Amino acid sequence: MTVESTAARTPRRSAGNKAGTTGTKRTTSTAKKAAGAGKSAEPALVQLLTPEGKRVKNAEFDKYVADVTAEDLRGLYRDMVLTRRFDAEATALQRQGELGLWASLLGQEAAQIGSGRALRDDDYVFPTYREHGVAWCRGVDPTNLLGMFRGVNNGGWDPNSNNFHLYTIVIGSQTLHATGYAMGITKDGADSAVIAYFGDGASSQGDVAEAFTFSAVYNAPVVFFCQNNQWAISEPTEKQSRVPLYQRAQGYGFPGVRVDGNDVLANLAVTKWALERARAGEGPTLVEAFTYRMGAHTTSDDPTRYRTDDERLAWEAKDPILRLRRYLEAVNHADEGFFAELETESEALGKRVREAVRAMPDPDHFAIFENVYADGHALVDEERAQFAAYQASFADEDGGK
Amino acid sequence: MAEKMALAKAINESLRRALDADPKVVVMGEDVGKLGGVFRVTDGLQKDFGESRVIDTPLAESGIVGTAIGLALRGYRPVVEIQFDGFVFPAYDQIVTQLAKMHARALGKVKMPVVVRIPYGGGIGAVEHHSESPEALFAHVAGLKIVSPSNASDAYWMMQQAIQSDDPVIFFEPKRRYWDKGEVDIEAIPGPLHKAKVVREGTDLTLAAYGPMVKLCQEVADAAAEEGRSLEVLDLRSVSPIDFDAVQASVERTRRLVVVHEAPVFFGSGAEIAARITERCFYHLEAPVLRVGGYHAPYPPARLEESYLPDLDRVLDAVDRSLAY
Repeated sequence: MTVESTAARTPRRSAGNKAGTTGTKRTTSTAKKAAGAGKSAEPALVQLLTPEGKRVKNAEFDKYVADVTAEDLRGLYRDMVLTRRFDAEATALQRQGELGLWASLLGQEAAQIGSGRALRDDDYVFPTYREHGVAWCRGVDPTNLLGMFRGVNNGGWDPNSNNFHLYTIVIGSQTLHATGYAMGITKDGADSAVIAYFGDGASSQGDVAEAFTFSAVYNAPVVFFCQNNQWAISEPTEKQSRVPLYQRAQGYGFPGVRVDGNDVLANLAVTKWALERARAGEGPTLVEAFTYRMGAHTTSDDPTRYRTDDERLAWEAKDPILRLRRYLEAVNHADEGFFAELETESEALGKRVREAVRAMPDPDHFAIFENVYADGHALVDEERAQFAAYQASFADEDGGK
Repeated sequence: MAEKMALAKAINESLRRALDADPKVVVMGEDVGKLGGVFRVTDGLQKDFGESRVIDTPLAESGIVGTAIGLALRGYRPVVEIQFDGFVFPAYDQIVTQLAKMHARALGKVKMPVVVRIPYGGGIGAVEHHSESPEALFAHVAGLKIVSPSNASDAYWMMQQAIQSDDPVIFFEPKRRYWDKGEVDIEAIPGPLHKAKVVREGTDLTLAAYGPMVKLCQEVADAAAEEGRSLEVLDLRSVSPIDFDAVQASVERTRRLVVVHEAPVFFGSGAEIAARITERCFYHLEAPVLRVGGYHAPYPPARLEESYLPDLDRVLDAVDRSLAY
């Protein structure tokens, strides 16, 4: 598939026939129902595990997790638990003054681990600043994520070593980078795919709209993975959209689907489906993972000013980790030994992160001038020299510090 | 092998050469394909290199630059066109917060070889938003390089060098000079991209300019010569970095400096040059560094632009004022 084709291909199967999806070609009765239902009830979403941990059948998506073994399920559980543990440690480190800020992913573990584990090594991830679970799946050392929050760098990892781009703080910008990267994959004739993470707030950004347009026009192999965690700092999703976010895709000519964002299995299945579409040359897909930000926006935020405890309690009952644990226990896929061992591993991770952050040195002053340009710049050279001379002027007073 | 060609054609030939030499080079923008761009700078390129390398994009500037960043991350070298100066602002966020900073954020592990072409400046009787000179708004941003050729030969070679640069380059094309012809030697060995050139030697005063104002300054020097004054004309070529060494060397000879640009004088590149040259040449200067440029007002309607833009008399007036010290 080259960029010459400016029309999106006809999907192999009408995505509009599924519950909670909108198709590319026509408004199906299901989609109409979903749109019309917005006022009275939330539209249907793809769910494979209920909050009580019961596996429910889904004719469309079961096949994408048919090969998931008990070991895989334990792996998903482990990923979520360790991610949550890491996240809690980072929050604590902020409270202790070791980090300047932390953006917690608490509550969004299933959306991130489910989608993250659907990816192949050669796929490429464009995260926001909250994708700690996806980073975990990609093999990025969790301590690397903390550099920017400690203030020692603005992104401490090589994006190409794990195909995991730097965190992007400007909301929605990365969706265009993802689209451009996906256009490049098409030009290369590769069958990799790209996944762009963003949130309900970002869905209002012009860059996201432009990313939808470009990806549709060029039929780019990109999955737009929107974690609708209900809150953009203090603003509820109603302040961003009159329609459920997944329905935005329809106007751009590609399918959108809403998935239970707290169901790791459903996120795995739906993301696999969307990635397969991308690889098969069927273009972009919008996945709306309907989830909840159980913590504050960041450690600087105070959610008690804008939302109630009742809401949080209702979502706690749908906790992503709890429901998988209930399922694992119900079907005897994990014993007490597994959970106890994981608890030990979890504490060890917390300790490792804590020690790594405390040992993280401040960068050398001259880092200010490093990597401003790849090919150098006369002014940077001049100012570096001035800075060096200024620093050296203190040498006699305190031994060159 | 020198050939006479218009400045627009020189850029076209340069793009053609880059597309031919490197399969990773792609040209993208609004109407750059079949139409060949509104100024025909990309004329014929899509026909010869195909729609996957010369890409007509949706009408969305942030999208153009944002996807170019993604393509660069994938190993491509995009050359994007912003149709007119006044339309770059939807892309300003992507240029400033993403394109300029990506290399530093990645601690050098990612490169951003993206060229953003912007036809700029006035003098063509255009409607609003089609005549502006926003170079200073980009020069303030670390991570970007900014150049502007004044003639066909520089247009050809500076575009070659901009595409080869691993840093993002904002390439300001003097649209009122698109049809000016000049000799282009496509086998020459060009000088460094960010070095200024003395295009006319003189002894009494230095005129420093870039892009569309270089030709004006040469005309000013001609006029001044008739009055017995010898003006040096320095084509800066690059706005970030600025070749202050060249300005300094010239001012140490002439002891007087007038900077000319179409952009508003207030916080313009002339202000930076004046400040730096005052520091470097304080004991050489016989007069304060003077600036000639646009006013602190929106770019005026076309019928007024001759009064807004620097012209022969306004620059000569500044020359007289400088020489009066």
